[in-house]
Amino acid sequence: MFREEVKTIGGLRLHVIPTKKYKTNTLVLKMKAPLCERDITMRALVPYVLQNATERHPSMKALRTYLDELYGATLQVDLAKKGENHIITIRMDVANEKFLGTTSPLLREALTLFSDMLFRPLTEQGGFSAAIVEQEKRALKQKIQSLFDDKMRYAQHRLIEEMYKGSPYALDVHGKLSDIDTIDAKRLYKHYEHMLKHDEIDLYIVGDVALTDVEHDVVERFPLEARSLRSTETTTLTKRTSVQEVIEKQHVKQGKLHLGYRTNTTYNDADYDALQVWNGIFGGFAHSKLFMNVREKASLAYYAASRIESHQGMMMVMAGIEPSNYERALEIIHAQAEAMRNGQFSDEEIIQTKAVIRNQLLETVDTARGMIEISYHNVIATRQRPLDEWLEAIEKVTYEDIVRIGEKIELDTIYFLTEKEGEKK
Amino acid sequence: MKIIRYDQLQEQLFYERLNNGLDVYILPKKEFNKTYATFTTKYGSVDNYFTPYGKTSMKKVPDGIAHFLEHKLFEKEDGDVFQIFSKQGASANAFTSFTRTAYLFSSTTNVEKNLETLLDFVQKPYFTEQTVEKEKGIIAQEIRMYDDNPDWRLYFGTIESMYHNHPVKIDIAGTVESISHITKDLLYECYETFYHPSNMLLFVTGPVDPLTILEQIRTNQAQKTFHSPIDIERFNYEEPSHVAREKHVIEMNIQTPKCLVGIKAKNVYTKGKEKLKHECAMGLLLDHLFGKSSLHYERLYQQGLIDETFMVDYTEESDFGFGLIGGDTLYPDQLAEEIQRILLQFSDIGDEQVERMKRKKIGSFLRSLNSLEYIANQFTRYAFDRMSLFDVVETLQSLTSDDIKAVARECFVREQFTVCQVVPKR
Repeated sequence: MFREEVKTIGGLRLHVIPTKKYKTNTLVLKMKAPLCERDITMRALVPYVLQNATERHPSMKALRTYLDELYGATLQVDLAKKGENHIITIRMDVANEKFLGTTSPLLREALTLFSDMLFRPLTEQGGFSAAIVEQEKRALKQKIQSLFDDKMRYAQHRLIEEMYKGSPYALDVHGKLSDIDTIDAKRLYKHYEHMLKHDEIDLYIVGDVALTDVEHDVVERFPLEARSLRSTETTTLTKRTSVQEVIEKQHVKQGKLHLGYRTNTTYNDADYDALQVWNGIFGGFAHSKLFMNVREKASLAYYAASRIESHQGMMMVMAGIEPSNYERALEIIHAQAEAMRNGQFSDEEIIQTKAVIRNQLLETVDTARGMIEISYHNVIATRQRPLDEWLEAIEKVTYEDIVRIGEKIELDTIYFLTEKEGEKK
Repeated sequence: MKIIRYDQLQEQLFYERLNNGLDVYILPKKEFNKTYATFTTKYGSVDNYFTPYGKTSMKKVPDGIAHFLEHKLFEKEDGDVFQIFSKQGASANAFTSFTRTAYLFSSTTNVEKNLETLLDFVQKPYFTEQTVEKEKGIIAQEIRMYDDNPDWRLYFGTIESMYHNHPVKIDIAGTVESISHITKDLLYECYETFYHPSNMLLFVTGPVDPLTILEQIRTNQAQKTFHSPIDIERFNYEEPSHVAREKHVIEMNIQTPKCLVGIKAKNVYTKGKEKLKHECAMGLLLDHLFGKSSLHYERLYQQGLIDETFMVDYTEESDFGFGLIGGDTLYPDQLAEEIQRILLQFSDIGDEQVERMKRKKIGSFLRSLNSLEYIANQFTRYAFDRMSLFDVVETLQSLTSDDIKAVARECFVREQFTVCQVVPKR
């Protein structure tokens, strides 16, 4: 398990997770706002602009050279959706000096750099550096386009786009290609100032440190005004009269079959644990029904799995199959879902699945990133639950709970990306 | 049993070579929940031509067989091994590289049972014609998945262009055609040759008591009989130092072109400290030239020739080594030209820059020690070539600008460069 010390400092929530597991210290800043079509592209651009340069390190080379000097500290940014929230993550990782035979206070220096990035970015004439913004606009275009080239990610994105058409969850975290040219350095900076005032901001520090060691440094370096917190309501999908089927053709050798289900259950709900077990028996692991039947018995796929989007109430099944096996694969997948709904799973499958989920959660908190992800669930959700309660709840799930969850799970959309040549089915 | 202490890193490594020749390493990590164990054989996709155990002449086997064998080892008479591991709360996996096949589990409970399962399933093959046939469908889909993946095609396209004869140029999974020739007898033949304990290494890391674990392993191994160890005779491929082809272009259904420049290393040391030094020097040099803090990175980025996907990497294994530089780009030809020019124009690196790059590499080495997976996998890779993962810091520290210039002279030669591009289908 892990211990977390939390303190609100103005508009910042500071989480310190003291642990001796690592040779480095990890700093992660998360900025959260509701997914919104108008803002999403600007929000997607901001972290990439920030990681370029600061007043003190006014070029990519200067900033990256400084990171090298901090014993190869790393700096990365990324974007994610959690339910209908848009999350920006900025991550730094820096060696713990006690393994280096140096006395320079690397963590404090990393915190200073982090603060510089947020509060003293390179600016000119009341905006970000125009050259950097132009360069990152170009890179963002490429990033959005590259989604098309990774067929697994593409199919996943297309399924969500079709399933959630018209609702914020359908948006791509990187924003919209057509917005990019409308953004300039001044407008982006204005938007960034707005984000600093209104976003929900969490800073995590994981490593061999305690809250009291870093609190003062953080107070000094992260001057954020207090703000009122907004909670994001998840759009409820209207029930379909029949399952939506979308078939898209491209020059591909393997068909990508993705199915979207409405689980009508999120992390906030009391029966979320039963959903986790349901998903585990169905397709979450190598002992699950999908893997055993689509792959091991029918030999149709290399991967056949399901996973849940904890905050959205969605479950996705994915399999890579021979285009001609579309109907056979669907039939087998439907049969497994049907078996789940009819309660055709054994006590042994339940015990096995609980054991693996427990193992997975405990392993997750062996990485700094994993601890932060687990903790951040409680920021996204209205429900507060430490890991040990989560583990207990999984243990308590019964056969009846799992059957009950099955009644709430409805297939919504089938998406199939398949080969162009030949019309064979 | 031997204990090796690394004071600066605050680690202790326990080692023993068992009577049957198996090397066992245990690295206790008290703070962690999980235990991670890998059981690895020095047998990978490049071992396609060898003298099988009990035979006197060399034999060529179908491409992709080491990987196929890896898949098949999980299936037993009474079902598959994933079931057993998951009942014991563990997750299991395996992977095949050019030179190794590793089987692994990670778990936070039942460590002893899981370890027993790992040792037993790897050391008890069960292949039938029927299960071999069934596996062909699954692996065909694995191959198809990579066929549609432009990054994989780019990666292998580059390696393929570098080598004339060396089997590193063959895709690890083989082809749908080559795996069709695999039979249960061929699998047994490969198994008997390469899965002898004396050709294997077991690495366990996590919150374990090394003495108890070691005793368990000794007992497990003592109950099994193995034929006497043999020196495995592998075919020695003649490989010229220049690349097989200068340029290769692959058309695919994509939007953004991709480009890699490959550098073929010649005269790679096959083992030991010299090898480690060579690898470290080359890694440091490429990072100096193309890493995010380099002058070139910033310029190429500003010119719009590269984006975040730009990467630089150096791989060195038994008797081959290659560097890869590139990523997504709208101007694949211009990028290829720029990279090659930078390589050829390199003449010197200042002491101050060497020191800075060393710092960076040492920090990044510390970071990788946060990962039990990294430690086990990399330790094994190094050990198979008689190097030690824990010598990396010391080796880095010993590097001088002369060492770095020497690898540049040896590798930055036009004839040793190749360019591979994946471009949108017209």
